[in-house]
Amino acid sequence: MLLTIEDVKKTYPGARPVLQGVSLTLDAGQTLALTGESGSGKSTLLHLAGALDSFDAGEIRLAGTALSGLDDTGRAALRRDRVALVFQQFNLIPSLTVGQNLGFHARLAGRQDPVWIEELTERLGLAELVARYPEQLSGGQQQRVAIGRALAARPALLLADEPTGNLDETASTAVMELMLDLVRASGTALFLVTHSDRIAARLDARAHLSGGCIA
Amino acid sequence: MIGAALQALASHWRRHPLQLATLLAGLALATALWSAVQAINAEARASYARATAQIGSGALDVLEAPGGPIPLPRYVALRRAGWQLSPVLEGRARLGDLRVTVLGLDPVTHPPLPAFTAAMKRDAAMLGRMLAQGGMLIAPPDLAAILTDVPGLPKVQVSDSVPPGMVMTDIGVAERLLARPGQIDRLLILPDQPPGLTPLADLAPDLQRRVSRAGTDTARLTDSFHLNLTAFGLLSFAVGLFIVHGTVGLAFEQRRGMVRTLRALGLPLRLLTALMLGELLVLALIGGGLGLVLGYLVAAALLPDVAATLRGLYGAPVAGGLSLRPSWVLGGLVMALAGTGVASAQALWRMVHMPLLSAPGLQAWAQRAARGERRMALAGLGLIGAGGVALVLVPGLVGGFALIAGLMLGAALLLPPALALVLHLGRRLARGPVGDWLWADTRAQLPGIGLALMALLLALAANVGVGTMVSSFRLTFTGWLDQRLVSELYLTARDDAQGEEIARWLAPRSDAVLPIRSGEFTVQSVPVTVYGVVDHPTYSKNWPLLEQTPNAWDRVNAGAAAFINEQLARRAALWSGDRVQLAPGWTLPIAGVYSDYGNPTGQAIVALPALLSHASAVPNRRFGVRLSPEAMPGLMRDLRAAFDLPASALIDQAGLKAQSLAVFDKTFVVTGALNLLTLGVAGFAILTSLLTLWSLRLPQLAPVWALGLTRGTLARLELGRSLLLAALTALLALPLGLALAWVLLAVINVQAFGWRLPMYLFPADWLRLFGLALLAAGLAAALPARRLYRLPPSELLKVFANAR
Repeated sequence: MLLTIEDVKKTYPGARPVLQGVSLTLDAGQTLALTGESGSGKSTLLHLAGALDSFDAGEIRLAGTALSGLDDTGRAALRRDRVALVFQQFNLIPSLTVGQNLGFHARLAGRQDPVWIEELTERLGLAELVARYPEQLSGGQQQRVAIGRALAARPALLLADEPTGNLDETASTAVMELMLDLVRASGTALFLVTHSDRIAARLDARAHLSGGCIA
Repeated sequence: MIGAALQALASHWRRHPLQLATLLAGLALATALWSAVQAINAEARASYARATAQIGSGALDVLEAPGGPIPLPRYVALRRAGWQLSPVLEGRARLGDLRVTVLGLDPVTHPPLPAFTAAMKRDAAMLGRMLAQGGMLIAPPDLAAILTDVPGLPKVQVSDSVPPGMVMTDIGVAERLLARPGQIDRLLILPDQPPGLTPLADLAPDLQRRVSRAGTDTARLTDSFHLNLTAFGLLSFAVGLFIVHGTVGLAFEQRRGMVRTLRALGLPLRLLTALMLGELLVLALIGGGLGLVLGYLVAAALLPDVAATLRGLYGAPVAGGLSLRPSWVLGGLVMALAGTGVASAQALWRMVHMPLLSAPGLQAWAQRAARGERRMALAGLGLIGAGGVALVLVPGLVGGFALIAGLMLGAALLLPPALALVLHLGRRLARGPVGDWLWADTRAQLPGIGLALMALLLALAANVGVGTMVSSFRLTFTGWLDQRLVSELYLTARDDAQGEEIARWLAPRSDAVLPIRSGEFTVQSVPVTVYGVVDHPTYSKNWPLLEQTPNAWDRVNAGAAAFINEQLARRAALWSGDRVQLAPGWTLPIAGVYSDYGNPTGQAIVALPALLSHASAVPNRRFGVRLSPEAMPGLMRDLRAAFDLPASALIDQAGLKAQSLAVFDKTFVVTGALNLLTLGVAGFAILTSLLTLWSLRLPQLAPVWALGLTRGTLARLELGRSLLLAALTALLALPLGLALAWVLLAVINVQAFGWRLPMYLFPADWLRLFGLALLAAGLAAALPARRLYRLPPSELLKVFANAR
């Protein structure tokens, strides 16, 4: 099992509990869609799974590593080596070119593979754009760079938080197709947060979060 | 509608209290340092004006002899011809251990003076005592307290109406104190003259009639000093405005969305602009008010040292107390308002011209600034060129200051493009993804922190420039002291009789006794002290001559030539080979020019017999004594025992040098303080830039954190980035500072003080300053870095959540 989430609870200071004992699992290479209403804790669960934040109770294991036992440095190393992230707002590094953004995470992880990055660049349709800066791209182009950056590092797990939420339907479909193709081709597991039933239906498994629990 | 709009505008400051504090602090600091300098200048000028009023006669015309003093018989002849004149003799004299200005007047004929009138009111018999044998000195309280204990002086009367550093007395007493019997410097032409007089031009064609400039000489002499202070004040003001410009720019950028919404909701653009102007006005008044309070405190702390400097350098009468003037308050507030206007104009203009549907974006702010770099570089080069042209076209102080302004502003504008170039080169050398990102990200941060770095550049360059000037001056001064103070022992006798007795006593007990005798003369209407020296190798081997003619010392010792100091040479445009008229009928060729640092007045050196033949009564109380250093303690002991001399009457060479250096160092206390304050403001500018950029930084740092860098690593990188930028700025500040030092030494000093100094380099000082710059930048970056290090992950995650 690549990812195991066991009875995880999370409450932000001064707010009601967000997660009240969530459990789920994800196999290597599997794709899982997490749906739920706004404010149901989908993004929070994704952040916890990506070692971006700490939880109050329960346990999360990623590739055999228990996240509760990791300090800040350990969590950073896990994000660098095992996980990749795609956000709704792309969150590219504005000071780096498209080409540099694409290779950035892979270089951080020490797994830069020029052939694989070139293939990704071609398949994502970014070959003409590598010298540009993120601000010079459209939303769809930026999200393709974000996906390329994530997959270039050959992560075990790709965490995607509403990756097409900022795109129109045509661009959304194109980007999602590409992402799923590439995820399957690279054997990466995908944990996707989405509002869209249509997108969720295309993944291997689906979980629905409601009231802080998996329904 | 107005209330709702104001509420919306004010809500920004409520949500960003640190930004508000930064804006007010920038305004307060800018106003404070400017106002402090203005308060000091106003106080000094008020002191000059007070002194002018106190020594009276400002409105009366005077008669002067172009080549020197007016002999007494000429005065008598003019009086007999019916002219109502009042004689004045003025000069510097050493009374006890003090050098003071002695103003000798005829109390009977001189127009009423505040000091005399007040004293007469208290004691009607004072005039009689003043004219009686022995006379009387009227002195300000601090001087009177010292002079009362000096033996051999007339009785001292205290008066608040005498300028600092001056004593007033009857002209007969002044003749004695100044050793200028039968001499008159000027004759006041009294207002009521009898009719039918022979015109003065016929009676005394050799005398010149001119409008009195009593007091204006001091103001003119010290103008350059006040201009220097004003330049420093302006620099500090500009550095403070960098903070204001950066903060206002960011605040307006952050409110673009709000402004767009307000306009979309129907608020007229004109009203919105007026409200924002009103908001800036209120902020300027609050910041300016705070700055005035701070400026008053700074001025009060610095004024005593400035007064000491002005007295030391120019003999200018400045009291040490500070008073609050309405014009100063008003001027400070006007500067605060004008500064806010200048610093905010660009941001306000952009806001007014922003299309209604323009998308807000913090990144756009940084990008726009980056696009301006090429224009900035061209403007910078243009300003430097204009400064150079100004120096060529406008000679003197104004040209020098124009060059400094062009250099400093031009270099500040060139800084961001220069840093961008260095960072671009650095990126080429970067290894690894983090290094790659760090160089690229640092380059991207330049527009945001550029203004603060410009402020740092100006502060550092001013430090290097002024520091090099002061240290060069000190080194030259120390070497010069070694040449000038060659005698092992200096002594001052109580009076001439004791002086002669001591000289006789010393002759068999020392290698040489060198009298230090001088008289006051006038050269081209300017007071000049003429020293008479005996023929001794001490002078010819050591005297610091800047230039000389062949056999110079032989000619001077033979009474056939004179040396003059650099100040007199520059002021009167007289150099080696020219002739100088020291008194009517006494003209000598100039055998050489010597350096004479720290002396505000002209000076000449002639053979002692030549001096005595034109001023026989010059005092004979001070001596330099040559002897072996080992014999000195015993000789000092014997001298004290034999002549009952006070401790202050004997001073060894080391003691005198230490005293001179102490006076020198005190002179530059103010400059050092202003330097340090400006550097402090620049450090604060960096801190405020980093803090105000905080909201911009998080969206840029959060993705890198999410990709696997710890907060600790990012905080260290942020700190390193600030240190790198400060280090690069400090390196670029060095050549600018050295250029500034050259202008100060070669142009400003010559105009301001009358001497030119060689320029020395002080790498140890640069290292210390480099360390200070890093410390300032490190301290400024430490707070945001610590904040980042301790930031909860949930806060970083908001960056991703906020985007939704």
